[in-house]
Amino acid sequence: MNQYLISVYQPDGPPPPSIDLQKIMQDVAALRQEMQAAGAWVFSGGLHDASSATVLQSKGSQVLVTDGPYVEGKEHLGGFTIVRADDLDGALEWAKRTAQVIPLPIEVRPFRDEGH
Amino acid sequence: MRRVMPELAAADVERVFAAEYGRAVAVLVRVFGDIDIAQDAVQDAFIAAMEHWPSAGLPPRPAGWIIATARNRAIDRLRRESSRQDRHAQAALLHARDEPAEEGAVGDDRLRLIFTCCHPALAPAAQVALTLRLLGGLTTAEIARAFVVPEATMAQRLVRAKSKIRDAHIPYRIPGDRDLPERVSAVLAVVYLIFNEGYTASSGGRLIREALCAEAIRLGRLLAQRLPGESEALGLLALMLLIDSRRPARLTSDGDVVLLPDQDRRCWDHRLIAEGQALVRECLRRNRPGPYQIQAAINAVHSDAPTAAATDWRQIVQLYDQLLAIAPSPIVALHRAVAVGEIEGPHAALTIVDQLDLQAYQPFHAVRADLLRRLGRPHDAAAAYRAAIDRTQNESERAFLQRRLQALPAG
Repeated sequence: MNQYLISVYQPDGPPPPSIDLQKIMQDVAALRQEMQAAGAWVFSGGLHDASSATVLQSKGSQVLVTDGPYVEGKEHLGGFTIVRADDLDGALEWAKRTAQVIPLPIEVRPFRDEGH
Repeated sequence: MRRVMPELAAADVERVFAAEYGRAVAVLVRVFGDIDIAQDAVQDAFIAAMEHWPSAGLPPRPAGWIIATARNRAIDRLRRESSRQDRHAQAALLHARDEPAEEGAVGDDRLRLIFTCCHPALAPAAQVALTLRLLGGLTTAEIARAFVVPEATMAQRLVRAKSKIRDAHIPYRIPGDRDLPERVSAVLAVVYLIFNEGYTASSGGRLIREALCAEAIRLGRLLAQRLPGESEALGLLALMLLIDSRRPARLTSDGDVVLLPDQDRRCWDHRLIAEGQALVRECLRRNRPGPYQIQAAINAVHSDAPTAAATDWRQIVQLYDQLLAIAPSPIVALHRAVAVGEIEGPHAALTIVDQLDLQAYQPFHAVRADLLRRLGRPHDAAAAYRAAIDRTQNESERAFLQRRLQALPAG
């Protein structure tokens, strides 16, 4: 079994009024239950706006703490799910379902093999 | 005494290589679950063949010999590496233990590998390059030359694609029924792109372009054979065969382009035409039309005509109408306009062409130029030829358009 990160990229700021946030939350919860029932779900969560981020960087012997986010941009990671799947096609299947529920770009990345 | 054996055997090895490289790599990818191991193993086996076949003679089943040798050599190498705690080598050995080295009873290792190479998670350019490298056995240098990129760029593209297959675990598998139609379209698109690059390539040597066409047709045959339920796979094969049948008439001995109406139809390859037309008839019988099948049917109508004047343009316009209905595109509309012009004259065709938004497309200007020439408007025709010349990269085409431009009567 391999693990994949399914990330949701979200534009900064409040969602447009056309978006039915409550419906999306319900669909996301239902999809998570489905992933859990299938034994594919590892972890998932939604993040606060990127403006809530704090950045740390080591500079010599010190660690510098600054206001985030680290990457400048109009879109940031908004939430993610980690799934278990046999191969990329299995992960893409869950990612496809996620994209059908959340009208935002979804990115899938494989985790490095753990342990060993 | 002259030694002819080695030369004969070298040619034999090359022939086996061209025919069996893709099959051998596909089997070995299944056996070891790793593309690099498979490629190295098959290369080792062909080197061994070069050494052994001249003295021992061609084995009764050359492909089987290559596959068995490749498997054994790879296992030897992996054992040496796995004793040095190489986890990757250990995994590949473990994989190989459970996999037979024969091509599966249904023989679809190559099909599986095509679906891997043409996986939508890979960039389109990488899909094409991987397919040619792994299934066609073309070298990285050859593929780079065909697509006019530096060899280092192509090598990097291939390495990156193979790493993604490995790291993201893109499977070696024929997709399930639900995903199959979409995935088959992706594979067919890659094969047709390879064919088109070979047929109309803007540059690259003639040999490499012929190799691309041959490889596309080889893959097309494999897909038509292994996916018999996919009518579009039959359609694509028919389309490629019918277009390729005209290759001998398409260029003069000086490399100048000869347009369809001016081609010497006796030079067409009638064996390819017969095969292509039989496939088109099979598609018609199935009555599940798709873009490749309709384009094949259009080409079959051309192939039917003993002279350009005898072409059944009405049938061609009908087929273009059908194609526009299922796959609307201004390029298809341009081709349809040319056919309309053959029935109703250049004025009717120009009226359609002038409504198309294809300013950046070279054939749009070439078609307009020809229509304007036939309408007796040499001044406008010259401007259109110049617009076409500005937009062409291909030397033969440029020379052709220049000749047409110079042949215009003084406006």
